[in-house]
Order: sequence, then C-alpha cells, then structure tokens
Amino acid sequence: MSFLEYAPAPESTSILKLQKSYGLFINGEWVDGGDKSYTTISPSTEKPIAEIAHASAKDVDRAVSAARAAYDTVWSRMSGADRGKYLFRIARLIQERARELAVAETLDNGKPIRETRDVDIPLVAAWFFHYAGWADKLEWAGLGPNPKALGVAGQIIPWNFPLLMLAWKVAPALAAGNTVVLKPAETTPLTALLFADICQQAGLPDGVVNIIPGRGEVAGQALVEHPGVNKIAFTGSTAVGRSIARTIAGTEKKLTLELGGKGANIVFEDAAVDEAVEGIVRGIFFNQGHVCCAGSRLLVQENVHDEIVEKLTRRLGTLRLGDPLDKNTDIGAINSKEQLDRITALANTGESEGAERWTLDCEIPTNGFWFRPTVFTNVATSNTIAREEIFGPVLSVLTFRTAEEAITKANNTPYGLSAGIWTQNASRMLRVADELRAGVIWANTFNQFDPTSPFGGYKESGYGREGGRHGLTAYLSNGDAR
Amino acid sequence: MSRLPVAKTYKLFIGGAFPRSESGRVYDVTSPSGEFIANASKASRKDARDAVVAARAAVAKWSSATAYNRGQVMYRIAEMLEGRSAQFVDEIQKSTGASAKDATTEVNAAIDLLVWYAGWTDKYAQVVGGANPVAGPFFNLSVPEPSGVAFVIAPQGNATLIGLVAAIAPALVTGNTVVALSDESSPCAAMSFAEVIATSDVPGGVVNILTGSPAEIAPWMASHQDVNTVDLGGADAELALACERDAAETLKRVIRPGQFSSTTGSVDRIGAFVETKTVWHTKSLA
Amino acid sequence: MSNSESDLARRAARLYYDDNKTQDEIGEILDITRWKVGRLLSLARESGIVSISISETATPSERATTGIIPTPRSVANGVTDAASLRGFLTNLPSVDAIGLEARAATLATRSIKNESKRAALDTIIRLVDLTTLEGADTPGKVKSLVAKALVPDASDPTTPRVAAVCVYPDMVEHAVRALGTSIGDGETGISVASVATAFPSGRSSIDIKLADTRFAVDQGATEIDMVIDRGAFLSGDLETVFNQIVLVREACNRADGSHAHLKVILETGELRTYDNIKRASWLAILAGADFIKTSTGKVQPAATLPTTVLMLEVVRDWFHLTGERIGVKPAGGIRQSKDAIRYLVAVAEVAGEEWLTPHLFRFGASSLLNDVLLQRQKMTTGRYSGPDYVTVD
Repeated sequence: MSFLEYAPAPESTSILKLQKSYGLFINGEWVDGGDKSYTTISPSTEKPIAEIAHASAKDVDRAVSAARAAYDTVWSRMSGADRGKYLFRIARLIQERARELAVAETLDNGKPIRETRDVDIPLVAAWFFHYAGWADKLEWAGLGPNPKALGVAGQIIPWNFPLLMLAWKVAPALAAGNTVVLKPAETTPLTALLFADICQQAGLPDGVVNIIPGRGEVAGQALVEHPGVNKIAFTGSTAVGRSIARTIAGTEKKLTLELGGKGANIVFEDAAVDEAVEGIVRGIFFNQGHVCCAGSRLLVQENVHDEIVEKLTRRLGTLRLGDPLDKNTDIGAINSKEQLDRITALANTGESEGAERWTLDCEIPTNGFWFRPTVFTNVATSNTIAREEIFGPVLSVLTFRTAEEAITKANNTPYGLSAGIWTQNASRMLRVADELRAGVIWANTFNQFDPTSPFGGYKESGYGREGGRHGLTAYLSNGDAR
Repeated sequence: MSRLPVAKTYKLFIGGAFPRSESGRVYDVTSPSGEFIANASKASRKDARDAVVAARAAVAKWSSATAYNRGQVMYRIAEMLEGRSAQFVDEIQKSTGASAKDATTEVNAAIDLLVWYAGWTDKYAQVVGGANPVAGPFFNLSVPEPSGVAFVIAPQGNATLIGLVAAIAPALVTGNTVVALSDESSPCAAMSFAEVIATSDVPGGVVNILTGSPAEIAPWMASHQDVNTVDLGGADAELALACERDAAETLKRVIRPGQFSSTTGSVDRIGAFVETKTVWHTKSLA
Repeated sequence: MSNSESDLARRAARLYYDDNKTQDEIGEILDITRWKVGRLLSLARESGIVSISISETATPSERATTGIIPTPRSVANGVTDAASLRGFLTNLPSVDAIGLEARAATLATRSIKNESKRAALDTIIRLVDLTTLEGADTPGKVKSLVAKALVPDASDPTTPRVAAVCVYPDMVEHAVRALGTSIGDGETGISVASVATAFPSGRSSIDIKLADTRFAVDQGATEIDMVIDRGAFLSGDLETVFNQIVLVREACNRADGSHAHLKVILETGELRTYDNIKRASWLAILAGADFIKTSTGKVQPAATLPTTVLMLEVVRDWFHLTGERIGVKPAGGIRQSKDAIRYLVAVAEVAGEEWLTPHLFRFGASSLLNDVLLQRQKMTTGRYSGPDYVTVD
C-alpha cells in the first residue's frame, strides 16, 4: 500500500447529539408543524438523520406574529449596543460549537468536512462578528442620521451553504433591528435548527428569530405572501426568485434576491498557470459546484487552451471523492437525487450537443448521490451547457482570441453574478474587470467570501447585495433623508 | 396688426433625433380649460422599442465617459434650461394652468436639481463604494456601476417638468441611459426639455423622451428584455402592479410609485439605477 | 637548495609571475643581478615552487563566447546563448503568490493516520540528508553523525537509515572513513554529500569554487551541494549563474566517467520572489542540476512549503516536457514530523509518488530526525516519548 493511500480520517460524529425529531422554532419554543413532516437524509449514504416538522401557512402566520410582537415590544426598543451584544454572543457560541456545526452541515448537505470546517463555519462566525459591530453604528450606514429597521424580515435560504446563507441573512437583519422568520431549505434544515438552539443559549429574546422548516410551495409561499412581512430576502434559483418578485409586486415589501449564475472564468495567456488551474478547480469543484457564483464557464485564450486543459485534467486526477466526513475528501456528495438527475441530464445534453466529455476516473460509493467531476471541451457558446446553470461539478471550456472577445462572451448571458480573471497584467485585469457585467469579480483568485465584501448579482442573478455596509442597508430605510 | 405666430410641432426624441411616431399618431394637448395647445406625437410600442435600441447603443459611451465629463454635461443641461427658462414657464402655465410664480418656481427648482445631480457624478462612487477590509491578502474594492438602460415614467398630471427631471437625472449620474415617458396630459415642456438635452452635449441616445400613453407603452417596457430598470413613479396603482409583475420576469430593478419625491433629489434614487461591483485581487510582494 | 635560496626563488617568482616585473626590476628590488634572477626563476620551475600547466581544453571564458556554455539540456530547449536563456526564463508563466500559498495551505490540511503515518515516518527517515555544517565541526562530530545515520534508533532495529550525511568538504574524508562499506548512493547505502563552492555565500572566484568542488569529490563525496551566485542572479547576470553551474557540474565528474550528483542550492530566501525561484529552478535544471535545493539553512526563510510546491511544479513540468526526473531538496527549518509529512503530501500530489525515493527527494535537516524517532517510538509503545530517549549527536 502506498502510504499516501491515506487511511480514512473520518471526523467523529460523536460530537453531534441529534434528536430523533425536530419541531419548528417559533417564539422561542419548539412546536409541532402543521404540514407533513419530512425525513432529512444524509446525501452521501441516504441514511435518515432526523424527522423534521414542516410549517403550514398557519404556522407561518404564527411565526410572523411572534416576530412582529418581538419587534414591537422588545427588539425595536432595545439599544443598538445591546442588540450588538446578542450578536457577539451568537458569534462566540458558533465558534465554540464550530466542530459540531461542521459535522452537522456535512452530514446533512454532503459537502466535505474540510470545507464546512475551514470555510462555511468560520465564515458564519465572522458574519455575526461583523454585523454585531454594526448594530450600534447604523447612523454611519449611509442612510442619513436616523435609519430605521424595516420590521419583520422573511428569509428563505438554499441548501448549498445552509448555515452560511442563514448567517448572511440573519446577522444583518438583526443588527439593523429587524426580527426574522427564516425558512431553511427542505433538504438541509439541520444547522438552522441547531442555530435556534444557539439563539436560546444566547438568551435571545423570544420571537426575534423564528426558524420554520418547510416546503417552498407551502411555507415559503405563505411567508412571501404574508402581509405582516416587511422584507423578503431570498437566495436560490432564478425561477423562484422571479416568482417571488411577481408575488410581492404592488406591495411595499422590500426585496433582495441572490439567484443563479453562469460565471465566466477567463484565463489569459500570461496567467500564472498553476495558480489559474487551482482557481479553475476551486471555481467549479468547490462544494461540488453547488455554488451560484461558480466559475462554470472556463474561457481560455486559444493559444494556451491545450496546456491549461492538460494541466487541469492532470490536477483533477489528484482530487479525492468520497465520504464527506473524511478530512481528506475534496469532493463530496450531490445534495439530492433531484439535483443529481438534473446534473446528469444536463451533462448528457452537453454530450449530445457535440461537446467533448472528460470524466474523472474514480470510484464512487454505492449508496448516496454522486457525480464524477466532469470537464467539457469543444463547447460552443450556443450549447446548453454553456448557457444554463448546471449547479454541479461540470465545467464547460470555451476559447477566445482577444480580450474583447473574452469580455463579449463572458457578458453574453442573462446572468451576472461572478467572473474570474487570470492575468499577470494588472492594467488588463482592471480594464477587463470594468467591462464585465457581474457583481463579484475575482482576479487571480476565485470563490473568496468575506463579511465585509458585498456580494450579489447583475441582471437575472438578482438584486441587492449581501455583506458589508451594502448588505446592512438592505434591512434599513432612511426615513426621509435626502 | 398682430403677427401670426409660428406653431411648434412636438415630436418624439429618439437617439438624438426628433422623429414623428412611426405610427403617425398624434393627440390633442389642451389647457385645463380645454383650449387646444398643440398636437403631440403619440408614441407606439415600436417607437419605445426603437428608443431602447438607441439607449442601449449609447450605454457604452455614456457609462465610460469620465465622471467629470458626465458632470459637465449635466451642468450644461442646467445652463441651457436656465437660458430658456421663460419658454418653460410659459409652457407650464399654458398646459397646467399654473401661476407664473409657481411655474417659475418649478423651472428654477428643475434647474437647481440638475445642478445638484451634476455635482454627484464624481462623488457618488466615493460615498457609496470603497475598499473592503477583507480578512485575507486581497485588494478588495466595491464600486457602483450603472445598471444599463432605464425606463422612467414621469409623474402624470403634476410636476410636469421637475418630475421628469427628477426621474431622468439620477439615472444619468452614474452612466445609465434613459427612455422617458412624459406627463401625457402636458407633454410640451417635456419635448422642449428634449431640445435642451439635444443642445447640451448629451450624446445621442443617452436620453430619449416619448410622449403618449403610459398604459400603452409601459407594459412593453416593463417586459422588454433589454431594459434593466423601470421607474414606475408616474404609473397609477393598477399599471404599476402590472408593470412590476412583468418586470419580475427578467428581474428588473423596479422603482415603485411613491418611493421617491417627484420634486426633490435623492442619493438613494441614484442608487436605484446602480449595481455594486466588487473586485478582488491577490496582493503580495513575492 | 638551501632554505634561504628557495625563499629567494619564491620571492622572485612572485614578482615575475604575479606582479609582472621584468628580470631587471626584480634584480633591483632584491638587490641581485639580472642573471641571478634568471637562475632563481629556472630553479623555481624545476623545484616545483612554480608549476606551469597548459590547458588542452578551452577555458571557461573561451567556451562561453556566446555568453553561456551550452548543455545538452539547454540546447534541446533552444537555449544556446545569453539572449535565449533570458528569453526562456522570462517567458515562463508567472507565479501568483497568494494562490501558491493557498494551494500549499490546502495540502497541509491532509490528515494522515496510523498505518499510513508509520510508513510516512519511515519514508521521511529514508529521505533525510543528516546534516552538520558548523564552523566547529570536527572529525569526532562527523563520526558521531555517521553513526546516527547508520543506526538512527538503537532501541528499534526496524528503523531505516537515512539517505545521506551532509558535511563541509574538509570533513568528507572523515565521513567516508566512518561509513566504510556502508557508503552508497542514498538507496544502496548512505551517500556523502558535501557543500562546496564557497558555501554558504558563494562569494568567491569560480576557480576557488571549482577547486572546492574537486577537493570534495576527490575526498570521496558522492553528492555536491553547490550554491548559485545569488548576487549575479539578482543583478541580471544569468550567464554567470548558468556557467558556474555548468562548470561545477563538470568538476563533479570522476575519472571513471561517473559523477558526484549535483544539488543546486537556490537560496530561495535571498531570491525573495516566487518568480525568481521559478526561473532559478529552470536555469539550474537547464545547466545540469540533478537536484534543485531550496536553501543553505543559513538564511531565513529557509525551506517553506509553498517554495517547495513551486519547485515540485517545475520538476513535474520538466518531466512532462522531457521525460526526465529531477530531484528536489527542501533544506532548513523543517524540524517536526508533522511538517515533513506535509512535504511528502506535496510531493505526492504535485509531482507524484514516483518522487518519493532518495534519488528524487531529500530533506536537508538535522533536528528533524530526532522528532521523527520520537513519533516512531510513540507509535510503537503507545506512550509519548521524550528527548532523553533519542540520542543527541
């Protein structure tokens, strides 16, 4: 045995004390749900984790009422400094329970423990720390001297970064003085429910945060339609985002949407090749490609195409796919059967439309949902896989000859969330960054996130920004400042 | 013996030119007392479509002009308006029945509002953008950028000039181009304002002004896939609802009726036509 | 010849050969006749005070008429003169420091457990160049080092031996003597590596560097760890850096046609930038290096994981270009087993496991070995060991 056939190094799950079933967290209490309950499973094994209560429209109404009452009687009257202290407490509790949260997230989502441990959970804590400090400084947020909270925020989050997306939504909402009703994704409710427990440990007043797992078409819909909600924040598919925007038309609800993307990762001939290859890998294979800002379209300058593709596929050969709880795993499981089917179908379309398919030759476990890292070359801009968001570990490689062509191709999409630029020419980098119609541009890096850095898209990738001062203003109104 | 005056033909303003409606339609513009003032072109959806094409074509030049240059051009609009203020006072009086004092106040306010927004062009990015102190070896900067093409409906039946200026100017500040639909009932000042624009160094297509029916035009603009922002400030509740729903299909940025004052300026209104772009770059000595 | 006469002959010879004085001038200086000067000079030649040799081959400066002395590797890659060398190196893709460091940090998160860890520890020992490079080195110290190299842990006979001992040139003979029949090439036995070329600064004439190298080889060194001229590299004089490697490589040649393996030390801590390190790595390989080595251990920072990853990328790329494998040796600053294991992971994932042999990868280290032994003992006994249970050498 080669010694680098690393012995399995699974993270122990003993740190995680799971209940058999979880209720809804409304007004500081665990209550039953009115909709049919759901068994959340581990996508890497298909084994059940816990029984999760699902909220009905009536439950949503109760949660919104609780949030409203908490807003009126407690949260809106509390000083910013005290609100901030609660958020600091939450941040600390997340750090203390980081290992447990990482294990829970990996179990429920299927993403590698290396990512939950090193990326997701540290960022969750950082997000709460960042916004905790904002709570008593709202007059500096750029909305005039007397900014006001909006009231009750209804938040609906996806399954790809469950707890991180919760943090992106809950932290600024609470800092700005809103109360929250949050619906986690159906397939990944676990860490949101653990977060409810953290709110209790922090002594957060009842009703300030309400967590209601449920189905999108029941609880999600009811939350969006609820007249008592002042703000909707949604991260998820463009199709659902569109429907939310339609639903709240004509109301006074404020809305932020973080939707899909088809990010272009542009590699110029003068790129730092080995780092670019790492960036390509990070861009599309991070989190199994379940990333709205993934660099799913690789645009390579034609004269370095072969070299880049060769180095890329060779590098992919060192990726380790398997048990997400193993600390050495690079690629975990696809989050659900439904998503696996979608990825499979789109990849097949890529093949039938004439693109050349390369698939990593690796073992995949017999149970669970898995998709081998896949690279398509010879992709035409008109191919489905070059236009539609696949949301999986599938990369489409296209070529360009000049910077102008790269920009045109990169912008040729209804989306506009992210893009990458790889060049050692700083002047070219800055100009290309200027020309790209995307909300987040990574130059010589990819998929970096930080609570101080605004994140969000152009065009059909949504509107509003999350992170930093920009993210805070999405939960404030300026009164009548000019 | 009095001289026979030369009446003005009010046309549309698209791509820097003053065409008639492709439909050939006109409608009567009358004073509040019912007196005939002029025939205005009644823009069709095809005129609006053409205006979007012109506006899209103008985005590259206007958005890449320096902020200093955009500020000068916008200030130039104010200068030209000032120089022709008597004409606007007259048109507002005729079409709305306002007193000379009120009309003068409105024109002056419109000029001052343009000056106010002109001054924002090279300050806005500094105020709302900036360096983000991320926890890593990265240079990280957020900058506001124009969303692209905006469709704005001027207030209907009031604030005929200033409402139009208050809708167009904030979009121009950051480099958006605009298709504006005037106050339907009193379009004369709007079309004269188009003449001011046309003589103010504003590149053709940056501002396009249509006259006609919001109910007829707005839904086409709200659903147009090449429009990025719609300002429904001048739409009634029913029209605004329909347009907001249409706009949802392409996830346009929407300004709802009542969201902003139709007579004063607002920094947030500039922000309604803006995308924040955040650029990360690695940073090292090695 | 009397002592006073030979003394006089030496003085005359110095004035004549070194100071270019005429025989008349020398006569005046030494207060003797011109004829006496002539006689003294013949005496100096005959007695061996002066030796004159006429080179049958071209001198370095004659051979470097195009700026560089081309090598088969350089010629195969189109590098035939100073301009093409410069062009080759500046055309190499740049390195993004943050990306490289992030890659290294990710590699460092690999988790190695139990059976794999035991194998990893043994591999580390097999790859160690056990080093002593002190001004205070003595034959006794070297003998003790060799003993440790042969039997790192007397309490556990399953402990493998190290790849090489690394000493200064004047200590080579002691190392060779102490090793006796255990000498080998790192795989077949313990190799004797010697730092030469005015180590560690390299600030001397090429003649001295070559003499230093020949001396070490003559003494029995099987590997030479040379330093490049960092000053020349940083000032842009790439030809000098290149030619010195070519000449030192030739000086490694033995009469039987074999050669002492050449490790080229880049002293990455002085080159500072990753772009420089990458270019120097390619330059060293083109000039004939068998190994590229990070550091002397005398300059901080010495070996780092990102630097080693970068050099592994270069040898990997060279392999894909030519089919030939070049070795990599991180040296200095690697003191703990867990750090060394990260290097093994980097070798395996960047270059490939084929590199994990003494022919292609070495750790230049002194205190690392004892830490590895402590970890091994812990794995054997199940108890944490302490420094009193490994030998101080």
